[in-house]
Formats: sequence, structure tokens, C-alpha cells
Amino acid sequence: MNTRKIFATFALAGLFTFGNASAQDRQAESEKLFADIHRVLTHPRCLNCHPKGDSPKQGLDAHVHVPPVARGSKDKGVAGSQCTACHQTKNYPASGVPGAPNWHLAPLSMAWEDMSQGELCRALLDKSKNGNKDLKAIVEHMTRDELVAWGWAPGTDANGKVREPVPIPKPEFNRIVHAWAKLGAKCPD
Amino acid sequence: MISLNVNGKTHSLDVPPDMPLLWAIRDSVGLTGTKFGCGIAQCGACTVHVDGKAVRSCSMPVSAAAGKRVTTIEAIGNTAAGKKIQQAWIELDVPQCGYCQSGQIMSASALLASNPKPSDADIDAAMSGNICRCGTYPRIRAGIKKAAGALAARSSGAAKEA
Repeated sequence: MNTRKIFATFALAGLFTFGNASAQDRQAESEKLFADIHRVLTHPRCLNCHPKGDSPKQGLDAHVHVPPVARGSKDKGVAGSQCTACHQTKNYPASGVPGAPNWHLAPLSMAWEDMSQGELCRALLDKSKNGNKDLKAIVEHMTRDELVAWGWAPGTDANGKVREPVPIPKPEFNRIVHAWAKLGAKCPD
Repeated sequence: MISLNVNGKTHSLDVPPDMPLLWAIRDSVGLTGTKFGCGIAQCGACTVHVDGKAVRSCSMPVSAAAGKRVTTIEAIGNTAAGKKIQQAWIELDVPQCGYCQSGQIMSASALLASNPKPSDADIDAAMSGNICRCGTYPRIRAGIKKAAGALAARSSGAAKEA
């Protein structure tokens, strides 16, 4: 009897330990994956259009957009100076103006400047901030949205210089996003 | 061949599809009121309207304007807002050298068409991308406000008649 009890106790302890290690491993793996996602989302190619204020940023140094433009009530600029006054649906080498379909600012609820990995992760998943997207829609947005994809094909500037793309190649980024989601989209602290 | 509707008239242009709309308007259609200032969407001198919205024609390939209504400075006076803006510009003697003023008028008309009572902040936001080397900014602001008042009076008069 004692032996059976002892055996059962050890078996239960073993199961608990194994289960716990698995949850810990998933959290650690998920955090590691999100660190890569964070590297992309905070690169200027992405962050310049997720600003805290009313103006987009430009360039790797994230200077204020020139010419001066304002967000507008619908994040698409103001009458007479909308984003699409200059930004067309494709990059335009003749002028060096970048372009992608539906060029616009991310809403203020999706401002990511100065956010830690955890803060950005939680904001990304927060339906009240992310345009009511569930995880599936978030994955879809990050892996298939055309404006998001511009970050990997940012074209050339007015001097003909190729803009630096985001740091992780698109197929790898897509794989990371899917893997992170599959692991439960865990956020770092 | 690219079919371009400019100021209500259709033109069949034998131009490369990636030619800037600005060049198509000036060199192929022959309307030179729209100006080249920088070619990189920084100055606003090239502003036209495409389907009623302000666009910098130096940064739009002509193929993207195919099938749409392009309005240039030559015809903006045919619109209610454009007409009032031009009248205000004349009454207040807004231009100096005049080079930027086509773009200024086009941007101002787009603003007024969408926002008939713009505040100073609205004017700042809408017009800050149009550069004037002569510094006529105070008169541009005054011109927009004068045109807004004239538009409001026109609307009020029309409402009374109705």
C-alpha cells in the first residue's frame, strides 16, 4: 500500500513537473519568437507609421515627415493634403515617394513608439486597441496585408538609394508569426 | 496609348505608363499652368485634382490617372470652391512671383471643397505642404478665409431663395 502510494505520488509529481516544464518551454519559446516580431515592428519601416503623435516619421532616423502633414480624423491626412496625394499604390522611383495600397497612418491606439516588448505585445493582442482583431486576424494582417508588406520592399528614395527593409526576411517573419500564434501568442512581461 | 481625361476632355496619349502625370499634362496635353518645383512631392507646385482630390502630379504615374477625372489650374475656376479661391486671390493680390500659386490654389480649393469653414489649424494642416519662396503665406491664409466666407454667403443666399 505504502509502495503504491509512494509510486502514485512520484508519478503525479513527475506528471506535474513535466506539464509545468512544457508550459514554461512554450512561454519561453513564445517570448523568443515575439522578440523577433518586436525587432520587425519597431524597425523604422514599420514604426514610422505607428507614431504617438499626429505626424508620421520618415527615414531610418525617424525624423518628422517632410513636407509637414497631419494625421486627420481618419488617419489618412487632411483635405488638401491626404496621404494619397503623394503616396500611390506602388513605390514610384521617378519621385522616390514610397507607395502601397491604402497608405495611411496606424490609428493612435496602435502607436508603438517607446513600448517595451511586453507592452507592444499586449497592445497588439488588445481588441480595444487593434481594431477588434482576434488572433487569426492579427496573423492575417501581419503576414498578408499589402501595406504591412511594404516594409520588405520599401523602394528607392529621391536620391535613388534603396531604403533599408525590415531586418527579418518576409518568409521567415511569416513563419515566426504563425509559430508564435500556434504557441498561444504569449507575451513577455 | 493612355486615355487621360483632363478638365473634361479626353486625350489619347502615346506615353510610357510610368511617366509622371505632371509631364503628361504639361508636355503631352500642353497645359502648362501646373508647375514643376521639385519632382519629389516636397513643394506642392505640381498639385492637381484627380477625382476631386488633391494629388501631387510629379509623384503619380500617368497610368494611375487613366480613367479618372484630372482637373488642373486651368479649369479649377469651374468648381464652386475654385472660383471663390481665385476671386479671393485676385482681390487680396495674393501672388508675388506666382510660381507656387497654381499648387496653392489647387490645395486650397481641395481644402474648401471638403471643409467649407476651415480654422487656422485646418489651414495649417492642409497647406503646410505647399511652399512659397516669396512668403505669401499670410495672404494665402487670408484668401482661404475670404473664399470660405464667400462660399458661405453663396450657400446662405441660395438657401434663402429656396
